[in-house]
Amino acid sequence: MAVNFGYSISTTRVINFDNCDFNLLHQLEEIVPSYKRCLNCGACTATCSAQQFTKFNIRKIKSLFTSAQYDKLAKELDKCMLCGKCTLVCPRGINLRPAIMNMRKILSNK
Amino acid sequence: MTKRYWNEYQKEIADDHYFYERSCIRQTFFPGSETAFLKIMRDELHKDIYDEENQHTCTGIGYHSDIVPLETTMTVVARLFSLMNAAGYTNYVPSCVTSFGIFTEMVEIWKHNPAMLEKTREYLRKATGREFEPPANLVHPSDIIYKFRMELKEKMKYQLVNRFTGKPLRAVEHVGCHYAKIFPEKGIGKSEFPHVLVGMIEAWGGEVIDYPERRHCCGFGFRHYLLQENRGYSVANSKKKFESMEPYEPDFILTNCPGCAMFMDKWQYTIAEMENKTYDKEGYGIPVLTYEELTGLLLGYDPWKLGLQLHQVQSENLLNKIGIKYNPDEKYRGADGQILPIPNRPKFLKQ
Repeated sequence: MAVNFGYSISTTRVINFDNCDFNLLHQLEEIVPSYKRCLNCGACTATCSAQQFTKFNIRKIKSLFTSAQYDKLAKELDKCMLCGKCTLVCPRGINLRPAIMNMRKILSNK
Repeated sequence: MTKRYWNEYQKEIADDHYFYERSCIRQTFFPGSETAFLKIMRDELHKDIYDEENQHTCTGIGYHSDIVPLETTMTVVARLFSLMNAAGYTNYVPSCVTSFGIFTEMVEIWKHNPAMLEKTREYLRKATGREFEPPANLVHPSDIIYKFRMELKEKMKYQLVNRFTGKPLRAVEHVGCHYAKIFPEKGIGKSEFPHVLVGMIEAWGGEVIDYPERRHCCGFGFRHYLLQENRGYSVANSKKKFESMEPYEPDFILTNCPGCAMFMDKWQYTIAEMENKTYDKEGYGIPVLTYEELTGLLLGYDPWKLGLQLHQVQSENLLNKIGIKYNPDEKYRGADGQILPIPNRPKFLKQ
């Protein structure tokens, strides 16, 4: 029986890349090669219509996907209206609309 | 050949005539350490070290928890320096790493802001009628042990060698943040390559483990620990270190900071009781020693006089590995000669 000291041990938020599965990311990069060019500027998030009304954040989704943190990502991706404004403003010319669509597809096949 | 950058970062450490200032928490948690240091200085190294009876806190814990304002800390520090002046010493040696950080910080502020120094003189004069001068040499006791590590080695009865395998004992060294991370040039080897504990371990026959989270905080962090609700965060930091060092199978942990020694020792007990997990193979935990305790042990001092029985993780396995003789029946004998009641055993952590 564990002793109750009146507090619990906080779980670490460190991501151990040795234990991550990057296969889904590699699949996406094969279908949308421009995705590799992202410099995390956040212009996509700033211009996003969905972001105006929800907590949808493309930049965050990108960082979660590239670090293989797939939990709850499918539900987040459903918030995207696929309007494509992010693709228009991206300074690196990344095809973000197809990237989001393919993320959905890859995650549903997981 | 590997370049040893720390060789370039040495600091000036006075040879003799020290004014010793004790720590608030060490006397409670590791009461044998300071006594052992004074004994080592006087009996082994034959140095003059003054143990002032009118000393007091440096305000470190209150200062770093935003409870004590800077001016108050300066005035309190100034009073301690005035005690040193009155005793006729110029080399200040604070037992605690946080005190060392506080004193270094105050002296640096005064150096860059003379108006603040004058103000502190005025505050001290008004409060106590005393005058003060900052020390000529300000070092931590671990610096002194480091400086004289080879002289001490000649007097040592034991080495950091596993007598069953003949191999060097594997040690994790943990240098307190306030030793060199605030003012890197004040620490031997600066903050990137602190060599103060490595030098001792290697000189005395041990092997230092270089593990991924070696420079991570021990989890003390003052305000991060003071509230009970926050302690889960504090334990998580120590846990991260333990998980990182576990695969390297350390025989012991050596620290030069009261907070680090306390938390790395006591959180092992806490984690064991909360999650049924220890970070050694046998379930006893990894012993955590202060540098004075280690020096004393190797010099042949009685482990129970050094206060090893007051740690949460008991050190008998380590003593057996080194070959240090001890009497288990004397473990809980009090200062008055009476055998004290044996403390309750932890439920999971073996002792």
